[in-house]
Amino acid sequence: MNGLIPIVKRELLSYFRSPVAYIFIIIFLISTAGATWFLGSFYQSNQSSLDPFFFFHPWLYLFLIPAVGMRLWAEDRRSGTIELLLTLPVNLLTAVLGKFLAAWLFVGIALALTFPMAATVYYLGSPDTGLVVTGYLGSFLMAGSYLAIACFTSSMTKNQVISFVLGFFICLILVLLGWGFLQALLVNVFPVWLADAITFFSFSSHFEGFHRGLIDSRDVIYFLSIIGFMLFATVIVLEHRKAS
Amino acid sequence: MIEVKELVKRFGNITAVDGISFDVDKGEVLGFLGPNGAGKSTTMKMITCFLAPTSGTVIVGGKDILEDPLAVRRQIGYLPESAPSYPEMTVLEFLRFMAEMRSIPRGEIGGRIEEILATTGLEEVRHQIIETLSKGYRQRTCFAQALLHDPEVLILDEPTDGLDPNQKHEVRELIKRMRHEKTIILSTHILEEMEAVCSRAVIIAQGKIVADGTPAELAAKSRYHNAVTVRTRDPQAAALREKLQLIGGVNEVEFTPGQDGGPASFTLFSENNRPILPDVTKFLETHDVAVEEIFAERGRVDEVFRNVTQPVA
Repeated sequence: MNGLIPIVKRELLSYFRSPVAYIFIIIFLISTAGATWFLGSFYQSNQSSLDPFFFFHPWLYLFLIPAVGMRLWAEDRRSGTIELLLTLPVNLLTAVLGKFLAAWLFVGIALALTFPMAATVYYLGSPDTGLVVTGYLGSFLMAGSYLAIACFTSSMTKNQVISFVLGFFICLILVLLGWGFLQALLVNVFPVWLADAITFFSFSSHFEGFHRGLIDSRDVIYFLSIIGFMLFATVIVLEHRKAS
Repeated sequence: MIEVKELVKRFGNITAVDGISFDVDKGEVLGFLGPNGAGKSTTMKMITCFLAPTSGTVIVGGKDILEDPLAVRRQIGYLPESAPSYPEMTVLEFLRFMAEMRSIPRGEIGGRIEEILATTGLEEVRHQIIETLSKGYRQRTCFAQALLHDPEVLILDEPTDGLDPNQKHEVRELIKRMRHEKTIILSTHILEEMEAVCSRAVIIAQGKIVADGTPAELAAKSRYHNAVTVRTRDPQAAALREKLQLIGGVNEVEFTPGQDGGPASFTLFSENNRPILPDVTKFLETHDVAVEEIFAERGRVDEVFRNVTQPVA
């Protein structure tokens, strides 16, 4: 893991050097707050809970997270810095992990900046602190999964637009699998066990527990294994690039 | 120090590198020449473990690129063809990052960077964002990165590309100063650069080695090797041609009439490239020809380059 920390530091520095980072954070804050207040009827619901806030995260992340992840490898491939990075004495896995962790931290920072949302809830009522904590934890884990997928699609191309669109669609499929309407459809078409198995892979069903205050080890393992699998796939793609 | 063994690289149906083998010893500066697309960069990318060979291998300082790529990379400083760097960082930040990646001990990084900034002439731009630098500075920033860890081996892909003549000269001087302690491979398509800095040249074309030798050996392959060129303002120059043909050992004479009031010139090619300068001088003295300039050619590398790299029609 030699070189992991310098890579994370460098990537984070790059984020904050470019205006894109600030624009992203602003859009992230506006869209999460906007969804909570207007779509989630936060105020009218008359409950001191962050439920309407977390409810929209799987949908908002669909376009927000691939936007962060699209440049991870595509940009290095376009500018040629990949040739510097991958001729340094570091493992490919270290490089992939370093870039991923930096992006995940960046998303974590954006997520942490939604604290006024939580503060509002505390100001208006007395929410269950456990719920708030698990909600944030779940959201962060889920963001990691989205990001790992975007990292994978980014490694396949030097074009950031293609990277974004591919990442968006893979994430969309994983979100839709947990959508009630589709679930009902699946049960009609497939045997129940298969429909359940397919639904098992959806983001939203694994996120639900968190914003109800549950930390189920299966949900944690689900998100972590998506991250692990996608980063591993990224390593394979980059390894393949080397050979072809 | 570097042993390239039967290196082959195919991209789909295209064979970019087709069975290249050569050795480079410490203290040598190997010039890698060839037309665009000959496979120079691809070969360098394989030596630096950026691309994996289709077959064959490279041993760098006793380590195999296939078995121990990290140990190989540790010994190499690499300047890729496009001289990439992170545009949003300052020169200092970029070099610090590369030094950390090279595991240079924390306490030595600062001093090492100062040294490299001085060698590469980057001191006055150290706090500038790389994006705002001119092409020459960006090229040198990437060059500096390759020298940071004082590597045994330097792989430089077109190190003077995009530099102005002064900067080119500086880079060449830098390479000359380092050549005794290091093993250097540099690619170029500038022939005078090869003659200026390289102790040996390998010319490749279509993925194969077509010539390998010192710059002087390459020049000796030219038909101009030991030919004698004479410039004269003699009004009867044209008539001299047939007489010159009769000098012993002269094979062929080329005549270029004087233009714009300049001198006419003859080039006398000798049989089997034997030296003929004394014979020619004696002839010109006895015939009282007013010579403006006379010299024996060492050979023309550009002509050799064309001959070996162009497929026979």
